[in-house]
Amino acid sequence: MPKDSGIGASSKRREDVRFLTGNGNYTDDINIYGQTHVYFLRSDVAHGRIKNIDTSAAEAMPGVVRIFTGADFEGIGSIPCGWQITDRHGQPMQEPAHPVLAIGKVRHVGDPIAAVVAESLAEARDAAEALNVDIEELPAVVDMKAAVKDGATKVHDDLTSNLCYDWGFVEDNKGAVDEAIKSAAHVTTLELVNNRLVANPMEPRVAVGDYNRSNDEHTLYTTSQNPHVIRLLMGAFVLGIPEHKLRVVAPDVGGGFGTKIFHYAEEAFCTFAAKAVNRPVKWTASRSEAFMSDAHGRDHVTKIELALDADNNFTAVRTETYANMGAYLSTFAPSVPTWLHGTLMAGNYKTPLVYVNVKAVFTNTVPVDAYRGAGRPEATYQLERVIDKAARELGVDPIKLRRQNFITEFPYATPVAVEYDTGDYPATMDKLEEIADLSGFEARRKASEAKGKLRGLGVNCYIEACGIAPSNLVGQLGARAGLYDAATVRVNATGSISVMVGAHSHGQGHETAFPQVVAEMLGIDESMIDIVHGDSSKIPFGMGTYGSRSIAVCGSAMVRATEKIINKAKKIASHLLEASEADIELKNGQFTVAGTDKSVAWGDVTLAAYVPHNYPLEDIEPGLEETAFYDPSNFTYPSGAYACEVEVDPDTGKVTIERFSAADDFGNVINPMIVTGQVHGGIGQGIGQALLENCSYDENGQLLSASYMDYAMPRASDVPFFTVDHSCQTPCTHNPLGVKGCGEAGAIGSPPAVVNAVVDALQSGGHKNVTHIDMPCSPSRVWAAMNG
Amino acid sequence: MAKVSMTVNGKTVSGEVEGRTLLVDFLRSDLRLTGTHVGCDTSQCGACTVHVDGIAVKSCTMLAAEADGAHVATIEGQAAADGTLNALQQAFQDHHGLQCGFCTPGMVMAAADLLKNNPKPSEAEVRHHLEGNICRCTGYHNIVKAIMAASGQDVSQIAAE
Repeated sequence: MPKDSGIGASSKRREDVRFLTGNGNYTDDINIYGQTHVYFLRSDVAHGRIKNIDTSAAEAMPGVVRIFTGADFEGIGSIPCGWQITDRHGQPMQEPAHPVLAIGKVRHVGDPIAAVVAESLAEARDAAEALNVDIEELPAVVDMKAAVKDGATKVHDDLTSNLCYDWGFVEDNKGAVDEAIKSAAHVTTLELVNNRLVANPMEPRVAVGDYNRSNDEHTLYTTSQNPHVIRLLMGAFVLGIPEHKLRVVAPDVGGGFGTKIFHYAEEAFCTFAAKAVNRPVKWTASRSEAFMSDAHGRDHVTKIELALDADNNFTAVRTETYANMGAYLSTFAPSVPTWLHGTLMAGNYKTPLVYVNVKAVFTNTVPVDAYRGAGRPEATYQLERVIDKAARELGVDPIKLRRQNFITEFPYATPVAVEYDTGDYPATMDKLEEIADLSGFEARRKASEAKGKLRGLGVNCYIEACGIAPSNLVGQLGARAGLYDAATVRVNATGSISVMVGAHSHGQGHETAFPQVVAEMLGIDESMIDIVHGDSSKIPFGMGTYGSRSIAVCGSAMVRATEKIINKAKKIASHLLEASEADIELKNGQFTVAGTDKSVAWGDVTLAAYVPHNYPLEDIEPGLEETAFYDPSNFTYPSGAYACEVEVDPDTGKVTIERFSAADDFGNVINPMIVTGQVHGGIGQGIGQALLENCSYDENGQLLSASYMDYAMPRASDVPFFTVDHSCQTPCTHNPLGVKGCGEAGAIGSPPAVVNAVVDALQSGGHKNVTHIDMPCSPSRVWAAMNG
Repeated sequence: MAKVSMTVNGKTVSGEVEGRTLLVDFLRSDLRLTGTHVGCDTSQCGACTVHVDGIAVKSCTMLAAEADGAHVATIEGQAAADGTLNALQQAFQDHHGLQCGFCTPGMVMAAADLLKNNPKPSEAEVRHHLEGNICRCTGYHNIVKAIMAASGQDVSQIAAE
């Protein structure tokens, strides 16, 4: 029987009621008395030298409060990068300055040149049109391989080249990998592109800066996944505002998918300008602005080689990837193609030798950073595509080839420096074969063929590293922050509880799932527990939500804090029951003395803590509130197996997803309904990447896909119902809940399944020369592959 | 500036607007009905869907002045006066048809329009009707399921949870 409350129950989401009735409180819904509006004039060229900005006509326009240019930010800090990569030769990456408003040069379409603060947005926009900006357009670098050639135009004049870093991992293995590939019985090589994407949360970014001159306090309301990270980066590195004078609030946030992790110039601008004009300053991105200012995702160009011995055992993997950084280094950009990508190149397989080379490149494009999966989809895609190609070359079943090479013993230390704690890859593959009805595929293929369609089946596995991350480890790897999280459990006098958490919920349902854990531990009703998140003035210092870390890291902090609560409550109960503390048991919200019928209710204990008349004041403090910080000892390793069946119309090249199945191992699951929803959403985005989405620049650096007219978002009619299962559960061994994280799996596991299926369909139609199609597998590309 | 008046969720409202003021901006900024959202600037995403004289309209495609004298319904007027969710809203909660909630008001208003004209839509009809509403969180699975459930159809055979 499914549970109806606590851990494992599909509790309905409590946050839904406000969203379904129009009572959400998103950042754009916040309006502060006296607020002004800012409009950013953005570069319409990819690369240029700013010769002059004449603001005089604009300043005379109605409603204008003040116009800012880069000159106003001389001496103000650069937007910082949070991760420093050390290259193959032991040198730090090249790290350019990133001004709040462009100083001297613009480096991508969308780079902000000037900001008009006015009484209304319309007036700000009108005045921006009267700005006279003289820009000398320079040649733009867009193609990564061209950007690192000798003599290429430099994005940053003060750097030695456009190469941010040349990273090798594991560098000491390089010779052995090269040798293994040279002596292999078979080597499969694949060159592919992991297409550039735009995360596109449906809520565009918004920032509202407010300043209180009487006490020198700043408040920033912002669409962030991690308010404390923004407070740290902006306060300490950009504006020099001490933490106690800077409050960052991320209220209801309409989706993030990574792109709302990062600290953006507009946040710093609104905070800075609110003090400068001594009025609140509000900015709301239009969708077009979002396309040219939100950090993009993916954009890797890769060559991968897989070596096999005569028995089809994987012996080595070697990859070379060019990773686009865009024009500036976004907050976590350098870590994505390196530590979040190279460490996953063993996949689910016992390949003994792996070498990953990544060249990160500056171009005149929007900065690229983490997007749902961040590095792990890129690793999974290339590995699972090359395995499929190898199976075809060798004439072996692609599932059998995977099974033969599965890691089966845990813990398992990979050749790329991580240790998988648990997993059962044969079990998820067994489950997939069952739920996807793979034995029925040939019959379905014949039915499709009878309709004149080509049908293909694509299967793949994935593993990811979630729950980022042990602080001491990531510190060694270049992170400039710790990656713990924190929770404060505040038990009120009558027994209700507020839990202040560092994680931020922007669709993940924390307000429902987190109380399920505390309710389970205390044996009280979920409705007695509320989560507080998103306001740095209310919550402990936590690092926020990304990398599928919320329940694994912040949830663990919440468990530790609740354990402290239980320990203290037992002391109080032992006093009230006049029994030894060791004999006190907590069950169903009652403290009992073991082996007796003596008991005291949860609410009586909590009341005693706050009305301590009969209370051991000499031994313990009154009150019942505990905080815990939790720093994980390892990543978590969710894994799974996915299957996609497509139909391809041979006349048009249009691909239709007919069936999609996912068998995941997330360890223990708190709320199955929410977990399933997370997988659905990830699959939707993965299908979007595989079939529809492409962020496209022309050779001059013009962004061609800057609206929903041009960037193909998946719609309801582009996807089928999905079959999702997470009954294979190998609990994480190193966090107290045994949870692994589920937020990114769908986006990681699904693109290779789709492309494997498309290639399979074309092969079945006799197009034996088609071994790969780059994403998105649009009708034109698929048609060209068939007719090329 | 022009004076406009209209009925919004059963109440008569009026205001002064510029000629260029969009209906969605009038609802959000003048009436402070912030449940109607703006997710794009090309009338593609549907987050701003409301009903004007009983028909689903993207309120970013219409000037406030054009709605002068019209009956407008927004997400704020969908639940009962005591806050009880209507059947469609309840189905969205029951079937986890929303995550971040930003597209949700538009989805609910678009779905209500569908069910009014097609009380028992097929899966394909639901998906087709939602082509003007983008959701980035759910993969649409549970939205389609919720709408079919709200129409009284048995959705228990559609995949779990």
